[in-house]
Amino acid sequence: MASMWFTAALCFELLATGGFIVFIIRQEKWIFRCSYWILVTGFLFHTIFLGYRYYLLGVAPILDLKSALSFFAWSIICVYLIIQSRFKLMVLGSFVAPFAAFLMIISSAMPWTEVIVKPVFKSLWLTIHVGTVFIGDALLAIAFLAAIMYLIQEYQIKQKRLGAIYSRLPSLATLDRINYYSIIYGFPFLTVGMITGSVYAQYALGRYWQWDPKEAWSLISWLFYAALLHQRIAVGWQGRRAAIMAIVCFSVLVFTFVGVSLLMGGYHSFSSMGAR
Amino acid sequence: MLKIINMGMNHETAPIELRERLASESDSTLKALVSMKGLDVVKEGLFLSTCNRVEALFITEEAEEARRSVVSLMSRLGGVRAEELQACLYVFEDMDAVKHVFNVASSLDSMVLGEPQILGQIKEAYVQATNQKTSGVILNRLMHRAFHVAKRVRSETDICGAAVSISYAAVELAKKIFHILEGKKVLLIGAGEMAELAARHLLSNGVSSIMVANRTFDRAVEVAERFNALPVSFDEIGSQLLDVDIVITSTASPEYVITHPQVKKSLRKRRNRPIFFIDIAVPRDVQPEVNDLNNVYLYDIDDLKGVIELNMAQRQEAAVKAGRIVEEEVVKYEKWLKTLAVVPTIISLRNKAASIIRAEFLKSNSALGELTPAQYEAMETLTTSIAEKMLNDPIVFLKGKAGRSSLNTYLDLTKNLFNLDNNDTVPQNEESMRKREEKWT
Repeated sequence: MASMWFTAALCFELLATGGFIVFIIRQEKWIFRCSYWILVTGFLFHTIFLGYRYYLLGVAPILDLKSALSFFAWSIICVYLIIQSRFKLMVLGSFVAPFAAFLMIISSAMPWTEVIVKPVFKSLWLTIHVGTVFIGDALLAIAFLAAIMYLIQEYQIKQKRLGAIYSRLPSLATLDRINYYSIIYGFPFLTVGMITGSVYAQYALGRYWQWDPKEAWSLISWLFYAALLHQRIAVGWQGRRAAIMAIVCFSVLVFTFVGVSLLMGGYHSFSSMGAR
Repeated sequence: MLKIINMGMNHETAPIELRERLASESDSTLKALVSMKGLDVVKEGLFLSTCNRVEALFITEEAEEARRSVVSLMSRLGGVRAEELQACLYVFEDMDAVKHVFNVASSLDSMVLGEPQILGQIKEAYVQATNQKTSGVILNRLMHRAFHVAKRVRSETDICGAAVSISYAAVELAKKIFHILEGKKVLLIGAGEMAELAARHLLSNGVSSIMVANRTFDRAVEVAERFNALPVSFDEIGSQLLDVDIVITSTASPEYVITHPQVKKSLRKRRNRPIFFIDIAVPRDVQPEVNDLNNVYLYDIDDLKGVIELNMAQRQEAAVKAGRIVEEEVVKYEKWLKTLAVVPTIISLRNKAASIIRAEFLKSNSALGELTPAQYEAMETLTTSIAEKMLNDPIVFLKGKAGRSSLNTYLDLTKNLFNLDNNDTVPQNEESMRKREEKWT
């Protein structure tokens, strides 16, 4: 039952990705509109899937990497749909949808594992902790995509190569603003996610902070983003340097998200969460 | 046999002096139309006159004579000898003429490929022709199809896409950097036609203020007045760099007016806000290394020319696709034109039915007695629908034969079968013919 919703979400999101790629090549508005609504449909299926899993497990479905990736893909699409309603930037979908689809493909390639939910996870704090962290991560992922788009576009303009890519990408100012706002909103989510996590740890494990690898790396990514925000706001960084920094920050974040969970153990690792 | 003929000259076939003489007066189109109307051989006519082309489009049965008359009409209009004129004219007939009209309307025949004005000029010419009632069934349809083709070409190809002039290209680039130009400040250093044109384009795209700097302050004041801009002295450039977003330079200075260290110094104080240098001067005014700085973009005249060339090539590419659209529409028009030959026969068929109904109605009138309006209406519906249904198959058959070589045989056959009087086949006037014909096309 759950896998059926998952497959439906996967199919629609892949289809939307295809549509968005055709859109960036052909530049016809109706293709965008179709892809957009296919993505919305995929997102709805995805939401149903997550809701159903939540109902089955009694806890947010993020206890194994497969579920975590799919939840991350969902968060990114969710954030994208919100940003789209504000910026109305059609080309953004052509970057976000493949990214989400990529996560979904990895997720779908992993086997379904039986998860035994330990009683300690059956807490609302977990859902709040994970929800805020993932929304924050999704916003920062969008910032990362916008940074990549910025660097491509800036390269085109500096090298005076005003070809097909140049005409398809939006203006530098727009990309910089998306990058900025995604971080401005993403950073507080990340912060709240870490605070709720530590409250949850106190409540469940009796300690606010115990230098678990994930905790340490989260703090490192948090400091990276804090530095980027500081440079942006206090020093007035913008454009290329801010874009590169956003990419560096995001790589640290990705390592925190995937690398630490798989390589370093600790109570945040998926193996300790009951996935087999 | 009716012929569509298009005669004219454009920027390629005629020197500007000649074109000017034909288009010198604002009412030359009107004059041409009035004299065209006076020509018996010309059934329908349209006259187009722009700064790059002068064209006469007309429908005639006697091609040779009509052509001669139109040439002499044009020579009178411009005060040019007919032989001199003839050498610069191109002549297209029938489908070639249709194709040419479509090409012109879609701006495929323009000096600047894809320029948007021509469609408006053609529409204007058509309005004048309809006002003078020189446009009839064939031209009406032709012109409407031409507008349709132009619209298709514009929406389905990139022919009107990217900029092909220096000042437009500069504005487009500025938009790709700043997104919107509202509230942006421009500094114009030096003066010159192209620089001023670029400044003017920026202004019309929402730039909020312009400052003008010049070696001689008086000259700065003079230029500034034209834009409602603020004159600043040459020494102020350094401090202005902290504030402005777009700098256009076009001085005659042999050395750089803006140097790499100067811009680099200003960047920190600008808090890295992007700045766009447009260097139109030769030799260059802005040190090329400035482009290597973060958030600084420098385009010199050669860069801009490169952009334009690229865009031109893009339009050329689009023109190939547009050509296909034109071909397609020409075929459609030709098809329509051929059905036109069937129209008189169909109309006389209908007329005959109508007159039979009228006559029989009169005969039966006494037998029917007093009819209420509703009954009368029902009676009328009954009779006409019987006639319509009877005639439907023959009409569909005839339309199907349009454009075939056997058409005339079938037309004669129909005339004989139904005993259609030849006098009837000539419609009373073109207006009524057009109305009827519109009903079934």
